[in-house]
Amino acid sequence: MDVVELSRLQFGLTAMYHFLFVPLTLGLSVLLAIMEAVYVMTGRAIWREMVRFWGVLFGINFAMGVATGITMEFQFGTNWAYYAHYVGDIFGAPLAMEGLMAFFLEATFVGLFFFGWDRLSKVQHLVVTCLLALGTNLSALWILIANGWMQNPVGARFNVATMRMEVTDFGAVIFNPVAQAKFVHTISAGYVTGAVFVLAISAWYLLKGRHRELAIRSMTVAASFGLAGALSVVVLGDESGYTAGQNQKMKIAAIEAMWKTEPAPASLTLVGLPDQATHQTRYALRVPWVLGLIATRTIDQPVEGIDDLVRHARDRIRSGTVAYGAMERLRLRPEDAAASAAFAAHVDDLGYALLLKRYAPAVTAATPAQVEAAALDTVPSVAPLFWSFRVMAGLGFGFIALFTTAFVLASRRQLERWPLFLKVCLWSLPAPWIAAELGWYVAESGRQPWTIDGVLPTYLSVSSVPASDVWISLTLFVLLYSSLAVVELMLMVRAIREGPGQWGAGAPVSRPPVVAPAAAE
Amino acid sequence: MASYELLRLLWWAVLGVLLIGVAVMDGFDLGAAMLLPIVGRSDMDRRVILNSVGPVWEGNQVWLILGAGAVFAAWPPLYAVAFSGFYLAMLLLLVALILRPVGFAFRSRVADARWRNVWDGGLVAGGLVASLVFGVAFGNALLGVPFRFDDTLRMTYEGDLFGLFRPFAILCGLISVVMIAMHGAVYLAVKTGGDIQRRARGVAVVTAIALAALFVLAGLWAAQLSGFVVAHAQDHSGPSNPLLKAVIREPGALMRNYGLEPWAILAPCLGVGGALTTAALSRFATPRPLAAFVASSAAVAGVIATAGVSLFPFLLPSSLAPDAGLTVWDASSSQTTLAIMTVATAVFLPLILAYTAWVYRVLRGPVTAATVAADHHAY
Repeated sequence: MDVVELSRLQFGLTAMYHFLFVPLTLGLSVLLAIMEAVYVMTGRAIWREMVRFWGVLFGINFAMGVATGITMEFQFGTNWAYYAHYVGDIFGAPLAMEGLMAFFLEATFVGLFFFGWDRLSKVQHLVVTCLLALGTNLSALWILIANGWMQNPVGARFNVATMRMEVTDFGAVIFNPVAQAKFVHTISAGYVTGAVFVLAISAWYLLKGRHRELAIRSMTVAASFGLAGALSVVVLGDESGYTAGQNQKMKIAAIEAMWKTEPAPASLTLVGLPDQATHQTRYALRVPWVLGLIATRTIDQPVEGIDDLVRHARDRIRSGTVAYGAMERLRLRPEDAAASAAFAAHVDDLGYALLLKRYAPAVTAATPAQVEAAALDTVPSVAPLFWSFRVMAGLGFGFIALFTTAFVLASRRQLERWPLFLKVCLWSLPAPWIAAELGWYVAESGRQPWTIDGVLPTYLSVSSVPASDVWISLTLFVLLYSSLAVVELMLMVRAIREGPGQWGAGAPVSRPPVVAPAAAE
Repeated sequence: MASYELLRLLWWAVLGVLLIGVAVMDGFDLGAAMLLPIVGRSDMDRRVILNSVGPVWEGNQVWLILGAGAVFAAWPPLYAVAFSGFYLAMLLLLVALILRPVGFAFRSRVADARWRNVWDGGLVAGGLVASLVFGVAFGNALLGVPFRFDDTLRMTYEGDLFGLFRPFAILCGLISVVMIAMHGAVYLAVKTGGDIQRRARGVAVVTAIALAALFVLAGLWAAQLSGFVVAHAQDHSGPSNPLLKAVIREPGALMRNYGLEPWAILAPCLGVGGALTTAALSRFATPRPLAAFVASSAAVAGVIATAGVSLFPFLLPSSLAPDAGLTVWDASSSQTTLAIMTVATAVFLPLILAYTAWVYRVLRGPVTAATVAADHHAY
């Protein structure tokens, strides 16, 4: 494997690993705030115990989220240095804002959440918990503003003097519709994850007949919170689809395995076997109209198919070549008016010329065959996108069914009468993680071959580091992360088995023989 | 909007403030972790040490994360060159930083001596490696590192991990380690009591004197080194393109700024004076030597400011292609981005300082074996 493939693999693996912990942090932090608000309002100790118990699990998960998050920030510099140079002027700011506005809040108050119980009044502690949840959610906002800009790079233009993209309108970067849709979709997914987590573990307690008071109340909170989250995740998923339909036509076409443009309104392929070589989907089961409605929200606009989009890409590559040639002349003679005019007319397609660099290092001298090869590169791998999306969306509807049932049973106080449903809750535990990971796969793999859609190709974004260095880091991450996963799962399972009332992290809590702290030396 | 020149100068200062913030705030918990086996003899001693930083270390580490984010946003070429050039060193730093959160969170959850020793090892290594890598990186920045750009500003680095460990850079690494150890020890002296406090004060005296001595030695050495000077007047408001200037090598260049601006000598004086004051206060002052912590913070600030002042206007000189060295005037973000970041920092940094101060106030008071044993949530 070369540096590009290794760096992509490493970034993908570490990002997906990081996102095992993030959604639970997002969802549980808000659930903790809700539970504590009930405690402050009712004054009933059981609610305080709930906050403390779920807080212990939150703490174990939070540590892993922090540990794996730093890796993500560093990799933009270590492995994607040309990306850092090329778009740092825009992309760096949301990351710095995340630190300033969100992560400081979250990390400063997480300590007080655990250590402040005896030092703060009830209301003060509730405020701390709320600030923790707020920090966590704001964190997601800034990260998704950064990610939204990768999908839909608004408010920036290329500067020949510095050879990079620079901000022209920071407001457009912040209020990027793609970023906003992604933010709500992502935090809703986090809320679903937190709710399923609480639902599943509480169901296990009820099945075992343990901690009934805590489990029933927890399930009730989780059911209503989860239902809101699940409805929002599906509705906002639709919003994401709509915004992507406007901005990333290729991603939508690839997700839907839509090779040819259909007469409007386009049909939705429910299932089928996409074949990248022949540009056809075999055994397709189609529902008329639906895709046209989702992607364009009209009945008369067509959704463009992959073959037509490749044709557009070819045109843009040719136009980008003009911009590239003009840029080279401008770098020699910045006052060249003709070059300046040509550059301004074609600069929006400059990124497409960069796709060509892989085949024709002297971009302006590319042959038609090289242009064709570069145009075909704009098609991502269709089958994995097609299937990942379908599993994710199916799970999304499954969550609505799960939480609706839980909500009805909880409001009739009948949760304990349906052990089969409790088992379904328990076995649903992995589902939100599967959906979230597939969702990220669809979003990021569907963006290929770009790191910044239409602006910077992935293969150009990497650092000029030796492949051996990336092998070393990749191996180290796999080993370290696998061991940490084992440890964190073990600690989670222990804490859950021990149950509430035993949350002493430092106290010698385990099975006998109980080791006195001093004897542990 | 403020002038581009002013914004660049401001963000050079902010970079310094953030680095000092990392060393002062995250430094004391890195140092405390590093000293676990020296100051903490029994398991309870070690739990007291961990719990003295436990509720706040997470917030402290954000200084580092924000520091990296601010470099990305305000100095993108520096981010690209330093992080990819020092690839394996950054990997070491990352492993150290990954071990810390899990070390804190996981260590005390199982009452088994071997389990706890493993995580203690991780925390000690985390503190040591992080401090060492920082110091070595600073040493290399002072010496210049082997990178160049092609005409699309793609950077190539022609060195490796072992190439970073040059004698002067190792000395800087040592300075960083003793400095962080001193700072951790001084914090423990404030926050604990009894034997732990006594041992911590001993460590603080030794490391503070070592810091002063090594820092002076590094200064004498640096005066002999050949450094880098921009050969002509550089446009302070020009485009951020490091290929538009000519740089020459010059012996003693790292001392040049002290001749141009004599008041800059305050930075190294603060470093040495702060360290010696820390040693004296740790040795002689009464029970809770808060003043020693202040002196130690001043020493940390002085040492880091010295490195920044000596390099100015360089951020990271290149030894391979000196003209490509990154300076304050040609390695920043655009004027718009710097202006936006300035507003955001002006709004949020005071807020951060305010709520951080409130959290420290809530958590004030010594940590002892009794308080640790009484707190269910203690590490």
